[in-house]
Amino acid sequence: MSQAAAEALLAKFPDDVSRAPQGPGGDDLVFVKKERIAEVCRFLKEDPALRFNMAPYVTAVDYLGQEPRFEVVYNLYSSSLNHRLRLRVKVPESDLTVPTVCGVWRGADWFERYCYDMYGITFPGHPDHRRLFMYDEFVGHPLRKDYPLRGRQPLTSERDVPELLRGPGPESRD
Amino acid sequence: MPSEIDIVPAVTTRREEAQGFFEGLVSKSLGWARKNSLWQYPFVTACCGMEYMSVASARYDIARFGAEVPRFSPRQADLLLVVGTINCKQGPVLKRIYEQMAEPKWVIAFGVCASSGGFYDNYATVQGIDRLVPVDVYIPGCPPRPEQVLDGLILLQKKVQAQQHKLIDRVPALAAGK
Ligand code: SF4
Repeated sequence: MSQAAAEALLAKFPDDVSRAPQGPGGDDLVFVKKERIAEVCRFLKEDPALRFNMAPYVTAVDYLGQEPRFEVVYNLYSSSLNHRLRLRVKVPESDLTVPTVCGVWRGADWFERYCYDMYGITFPGHPDHRRLFMYDEFVGHPLRKDYPLRGRQPLTSERDVPELLRGPGPESRD
Repeated sequence: MPSEIDIVPAVTTRREEAQGFFEGLVSKSLGWARKNSLWQYPFVTACCGMEYMSVASARYDIARFGAEVPRFSPRQADLLLVVGTINCKQGPVLKRIYEQMAEPKWVIAFGVCASSGGFYDNYATVQGIDRLVPVDVYIPGCPPRPEQVLDGLILLQKKVQAQQHKLIDRVPALAAGK
């Protein structure tokens, strides 16, 4: 079903869309050039034969050590035609901007804020570009692979806990 | 044979003796009253909340220990129950709530998340609420069984009873000569 969607997309944007290997679960994947993502999304939403009216999940991936390092993944769903498509957009570390798709699906708002919060990818044109989960004082982006796992940034000064209460614990324990 | 020096009791005047006796009496009865009417402020943030609900409702019935009144204003509560994971973003909130509670106040860390951070040894979670506020009783378990919670509560009651209680905690301004 979504095979047809991928074919239509490839026919409409031959220069900006390319086929990606099929993912687990049988969803169809395509790579999209990041400059054109908003146009591609608008076409997918408004074309009467495709009608992708939902973006149930937009997220990002950090492939540390590969080039380009980041990838934004758009999972799309059409509730009237019941088919799915997944768009992958490669984002190099040197230019961490991706055009927003908030104008296409209002629901992409928090997902893009999430991607900014956790990976530091910015979305120019986003109506409310802030962190989603972490506090504004937080420095860095915690889901990046090079962010330390225990990189806590407490907001208040912490009390000294005597060893008597805490116990020795593993060496790495803070 | 013991010399006479050894058996001379510590010298106290009758007035001091009477005062000590009455203070002890007051402390014991206040402790008894306080331990049996622990009004709690449930600071419920995560899955342990389910277990808290089960403790508070009919089957396990925390009312048997006089702690059945949850107050949703910290100003009316004696016991802060920190139920669930506390992350760094919530730290200032928890601290603020603790500071709003009137003396005397006690704190229970409910579940391993509140006690030590649990398995969330990551970038976001406070490694035990004792880093933010002083804790009286820690209840381990993920989540703790209701029996365990009641056990912790009884432990706290024992602690409260053993503490020193006064009718007036602060010296009134008049008596202090100010
Ligand atoms: S101790 Fe376990 S049950 Fe309780 S809040 Fe933490 S993860 Fe949830």
